[in-house]
This record gives sequence, structure tokens and C-alpha cells, in this order.
Amino acid sequence: MFQPQTEAALSDFIQSANAPLSIKGGGTREYAHVSGDIVDMSGMSGITLYEPGALTVVAKAGTPLKELTQALAAENQRLAFEPMDHRTLLGTTGEPTIGGIVAANISGPRRIAVGACRDFLLGVRFVDGAGAIIKNGGRVMKNVTGYDLVKLMAGAYGTLGVLTEVSFKVLPKVETETTLVFDGLDDATAIRAMSDALCSPYEVTGAAHDPSQGKTYLRLEGFADSVAYRARSLTQLLGRYGTAIQAQTDWDAIRDVAAFADLPGNVWRISTKPSAAPALVAQMNAKAVQYDWGGGLIWALTDDTDLRAKLGHFDGHATLVRGTAPAPRFHPQPAPLAAISAGLRRKFDPRNILNTGLMA
Amino acid sequence: MEMPAPNASVLSQKDQILRRLRAVLPHDAVISDEAQTRAYECDALTAYRCPPLCAVLPANTHEVAAVLKICSEMGVPVVPRGSGTSLAGGALPTADSVILGVAKMNAVIETNYPDRYIKVQTGRTNLSVTGAVEADGFFYAPDPSSQLACAIAGNIAMNSGGAHCLKYGVTTNNLLGVTMVMMDGTIVEIGGAHLDAGGLDLLGVICGSEGQLGVVTEATLRIMPKPEGARPVLMGYDSNETAGQVVTDIIKAGVLPVAIEFMDRPCIEATEAFAKAGYPMCEALLIVEVEGSDAEIDAQLKLIMEIAGKHNPVELREAKSADEAARIWLGRKSAFGAMGQINDYMCLDGTIPVSQLPYVLRRIGELSTHYGLGVANVFHAGDGNMHPLILFDANKPGDLELCEEFGAEILKLCVEVGGCLTGEHGVGIEKRDLMTVQYTQADLEAQMAVKDVFDPAWLLNAAKVFPLDSSQTRRVA
Repeated sequence: MFQPQTEAALSDFIQSANAPLSIKGGGTREYAHVSGDIVDMSGMSGITLYEPGALTVVAKAGTPLKELTQALAAENQRLAFEPMDHRTLLGTTGEPTIGGIVAANISGPRRIAVGACRDFLLGVRFVDGAGAIIKNGGRVMKNVTGYDLVKLMAGAYGTLGVLTEVSFKVLPKVETETTLVFDGLDDATAIRAMSDALCSPYEVTGAAHDPSQGKTYLRLEGFADSVAYRARSLTQLLGRYGTAIQAQTDWDAIRDVAAFADLPGNVWRISTKPSAAPALVAQMNAKAVQYDWGGGLIWALTDDTDLRAKLGHFDGHATLVRGTAPAPRFHPQPAPLAAISAGLRRKFDPRNILNTGLMA
Repeated sequence: MEMPAPNASVLSQKDQILRRLRAVLPHDAVISDEAQTRAYECDALTAYRCPPLCAVLPANTHEVAAVLKICSEMGVPVVPRGSGTSLAGGALPTADSVILGVAKMNAVIETNYPDRYIKVQTGRTNLSVTGAVEADGFFYAPDPSSQLACAIAGNIAMNSGGAHCLKYGVTTNNLLGVTMVMMDGTIVEIGGAHLDAGGLDLLGVICGSEGQLGVVTEATLRIMPKPEGARPVLMGYDSNETAGQVVTDIIKAGVLPVAIEFMDRPCIEATEAFAKAGYPMCEALLIVEVEGSDAEIDAQLKLIMEIAGKHNPVELREAKSADEAARIWLGRKSAFGAMGQINDYMCLDGTIPVSQLPYVLRRIGELSTHYGLGVANVFHAGDGNMHPLILFDANKPGDLELCEEFGAEILKLCVEVGGCLTGEHGVGIEKRDLMTVQYTQADLEAQMAVKDVFDPAWLLNAAKVFPLDSSQTRRVA
């Protein structure tokens, strides 16, 4: 194991490496681990710059999320994309790091309203597979100077480079939140209700459906009077779906798919367009499903078969997040895109040593 | 601004190139007549002009693929063009290049409200995307000033922003999928109607790649429900520092306005003379707009006005009607036109950390004295995107060069304080030679490596973005 303290040390180490490396943040997202000599990023930690008045924060990649969240909370701000904590679902331990979150482009329920991790990411520094130290983007919100490698690095799972520093746009925390809960809607009806809500001007920041409980959740956030007004308006708009009650709802549990934590089986994460979701679920033969993102994100608990084979071609992709199956973890891409991805990996990691084989 | 010398071998094959292009396109879709190609000799950066070898106007993805395949086989450079509104020279041709215009491809392919997206051909203008959905209560969020004319293709190439991106983000945050033709003619589909396309974020790197990675022919865009209402307030202050502090205080208070616009005195004076919007004469003027229902707007504006009031405003004006709201926006929206009335000007586009605003404006003032050229500042203050307008006289020998030198100093200043060369216009040729101010050679190599993968022969818009000496070996390989 190697624990770099500086970019220069990491660069030297990568240049002299002659075997595959396994990049480790907090080690909580087991599905993104591969075998190899471990590069533990926890030594490169700490917030390097925080300007609350400019809504920007810069942190080293190994910074624990907890530390970042606390610093932001002290200024009444937050990471609005609400990154999922995989420890509940995967039964892992450790502290998630901000670099790991970026590498896996981890978002939560609020993604539907405000954007994903990659949408809030303003800049990165990383060391590529040849040891070159590279920066892209910066710490300002609008920046189109050169290619956007910031996005490319988000969700590359460390296969194009090892992140050393990341900068984010942050947003103010909200004064209050409430959740409208509908009872007894079937999946297709629930998705229609969520779509109606998301097509309204009432700024729904979470739209989830749990078929096992028969509950549909719509979250509203903001200043108290505004939330109260929108809750009334939305209840009225969605009257045909029944009477919504307002209830405190554990959105962390929805975000973390806590419902599947203690149930055995494989867990798949499927991104698709909401209206296609019920038909896809019907094809899955799943033991249980949960819907987030207004139906656009499906969590499916299954046996150990290849779920993709049952889904066939659809608008979206499926990732095996827990368990093993006779199928790759990440959705195979059509040949021309796979060729582009492979070409990019050859450029950024010519010796194929960074998290080798993880996304391929 | 230096451009590479045209490839003599390509020029000598002009007839054959035209013959092959005419074989795959309708007759009127290949333009080679000298009088007509002149229409494509520049974009909105009019100081630089060069007629292309020819221009083609394909009508669909397959025609684009046929054109690119031919150009790829014959080694002909291609410059993709949206509506030609680039302020950075993104669509400037070279004499040996084929201009590939997407103007004929302007159809709406699919509209889907429950899933909140629209799929369009990319020659469609930005405003007409919103136009296609607004009767049903939706809009497409990115709103560059040129939105009446600019095409989605160009928006994707430059990752265009607008006045309202503090809340809604820029093009990349609203792009779900593309159909793109690679330089060799291969058609690829990336993303779709779902969120967060799978695999590496190719969509993310294509958006903002200035037409250098492929030609995007169709795009799936996120649309949003229109807010119930919006209302601006106008504030005047007697110093830039104070106005900057007001912006910071508003942001820290937890309100998220959809727009915070800033104008300095030279800009206020020019627009007042032109548009007579009734702006107060002061050092710094802010327009802050919030959205929601009437009651929500009232509540947010109450908080904003309280903050504004604490800093001794010269004027504090809340729009009481749609008419008053329009008047508040009138001056800001006519700012560029107003400057154009009194002078030739060059519009810059650097971004700075908001906290550096007073310092940067002071330095720009000093530079203005040094160069003897006036400058007016319009500024998306919420996100730090500045638009200094440098005034010069195009008919005065040497003035353009002086203006460019002054502009380069301002952009270097933006980078020096932690910002960047361009916030929403793109690099094009305009900022190309300044890239080394912001990026190391290793940083640029990493970006050029991406182009190597998508366009190994460097035929697509290759003289842009990267300093010519950095890209030299690749372009002539």
C-alpha cells in the first residue's frame, strides 16, 4: 500500500509503478474496488479554500465527506447534490471521501432538481496513468476555457487518473423541508403523479416511490412560508391521486436505499426515463424495487442472474452495485462508444494500471 | 491573430472535392461561388475574415456523415458552424476548409413533457427551443444574449451560458444526449432521455469542445416548468466595493436569485443615453431577479431589500408591474447595442471569484488609463462572469491591436486572481494564444489527447482552442 502526502509523491509513485493500482478513497463503495497495489488517498486531506460568499469550496481528494459537510454547515451551506452513502446498502465501514464521491459521480434524490455531482464540480487536479500532474477547470462557476475534463474525470472511477483535489459550487441550506406522502398508488400511477409534480412550478426536490410500502414521497424545501404555499398548491394539483399527508420523511434512508440493506440479493441501479420505468420493472422479475428521481432511477433487488438480459435494449443503463452476476458491473457500451472510451484510457493510462478493468 | 497556412494540396483538389460533395448532397447544399461563400468568411468576431474553400448545408445526420467521410478521406479540414454568432471566432474558416453549416437542420424531433425533455436537430435556434414548449408552460433554461439567433449546435460547442445560470446552470447541465457524427463519418449516440449517461462522461467532454470532436446533429435537452412569476429589483451604489459586498451578503443570506447583473458607471451612462431606462447615475448598479409565486417573490425581495438597504443605496427600486420590470431590464438588455451606437467595442468574457470584483474593476480602470481606451463593465455578478467592453476605433490604425493587448491584460488578470479566460463565449481563436496563461503544457496535452482520440487527423476546427505551436505537430502529422 502507498499513501501519498503530496501530488509530487503520487506522481513519482505512479511513474515507477509496474503493476496494477487500486485507488482507494474511504473504501466504502465496494463495487468500485479492484485488486492491485492500493493507493490510499487519505493522506491528502483538508479543505484548501472556502469562500461562502462565492459559493465555492476546494478540498483535497482524501477529505472525509463528514469534514466537508461540517465546514459547509457552519456557514449554513451544503453540497446540494446530496451524495448517497453506500455504507448502509453495502454493509461497508470507513469514511466516504470527497474524491471517491467525484470518482463515482455520486448523487442523491435532489439530483432530479439541481443536478448531479458532476454538475456542481468546478475543477479537478489529478495525476494520470503516466504520472503527469494535470489541472482542469478551476474554482469559478462559469468556465469554458478549453475542454471540460472535469466532467470526464467525474464518474471515471479513477480509471483515467487519480484525483488529488476537487472544487465545488455549494448552495445555501434551506430553512425548512416537508414531504407530501401519497398512499396506495400502483407504480405507473405513482410515476404519473411524480411527473405531474415535477412538471409543476412548485420546485419538488425529491420524488420517490416505495412499492413495498405503497408510499409516494414528494419533497419541498425552502423558506417556511414558501414551502407551506407550495405544499398547499401541490396537494391541490395532485388531488386526483388521493389526499396527501405531510409527514417528516427520512430522505437519507431513501437516498441510501436503506430498505434493501438487510435483504439478501443482488442490487442493480438503473437510470432510464421515468415513463419507461414501470414496463422495465415488469420485465425484471425483481424481489423488490424502489424508485427515485421521479421514476428515472430504479433500484432493483434481484437474484444473481444478468438483469440486463431481461431488460434488453432500453433508453438508459444498469449498474450492478451489490453482489455478483454473470455480467459486467457497468453497462456495456455500443462498439463506437466503447472504442472512444478505450482510446481515452490508452491516452490517460497508457500502461493500463489505474483501477484496471473496472469499467471495461 | 495567426492562422495556419492553407494546405496547398487541398486547394489544388478543390474541383474534385466539390464533385464528390455534390454527389452526396442536393445541388443547392454545396456553395462554392465566391460571392456566396463570402457569407461564411467570419462569425460575430468580425475583425477576422477568410472565405472557406466551400460551404455545405446538409439536411440530416446522414448527409453530415457523408460529407465528413469524404473530407476525412481527402484530408480536408472542416469547420462546423451553427448560426455564426460566436464572439470568439469559433466558426472562422481557413481557406482550405469546408464550412459545415447546420442551419437546415432545425426540426423538433420529439417533445416529451412527462419525462421533461425535447429532442431537436441542432440547427434550431436557442429561443425557438423554448418557443416550441412555452405554450405548454415549459422552457429551455440556458439563455445566451444571442438566443434569438444562436443555434443549439453552437451552444453545445461552446457550452453557452446566459443571465440565468446561477440557478439553472449552463448548456452542459441541461444536455441529456446527442447524436454526433465523428470525423470519419461514424454516427454515435451518446446518452438519451435518461439522466447521467452511462460509461465515461463523453457528453461532458463533447459539450464545450468547440466543434473539435465531432458534429452534433441532434440533441436531447432538459426542459423545465416555467416559474409562476419573476420580478427584478434595481439597486444603485456609489462604489463597486459596496455593490460587490451586497452581492456577497445576498448569496450568504440563503436566497438564490435567478440572476444578479452588475453594470458600472460607463455602462450605465451609455445605456441611459441610448435606451433611457431611467437608471440612476451612480458607480455601480445591480439588477437582482427572483422567481416564484407573488407571495414567494415578496418574501425573497423583502430579505434582499433589507440587505440592500443596509449598504446606503443611491437608489432602491422594486418593480411593481410587468411594465416596471421590463424597464429595469431594458437598459441591461440594450447594453451591448448601446455601446455599439457610440463606439466599436470588443466584448471580453473572463470569470473571476466574486470576492475579487472590487480589485479587478480597480485594475481594469488603471489599465484603461494606461492604454487610453475606455471600458464599460457588464457582469453576471452571481457567478463571477465579467463582460468588459473595450471601446476602440476600428478606423484608427493600430487601435484594434491596442484593444487586443488591453483585452489580453484583463484576461490575464482574471486568471491571476483565480478565475479563467472565458466563462461562456469559448476560446476560439480569440483566446487561443492565451491558453498557456491558464494551463501548463501538461494540462494542454491532456486536452489535446482527447482530440487525438475523436479526430486523430486533426481535421475538425483544428486551428482553434490550442495555441498553434502546441498543436503544430498534431495538425501537420
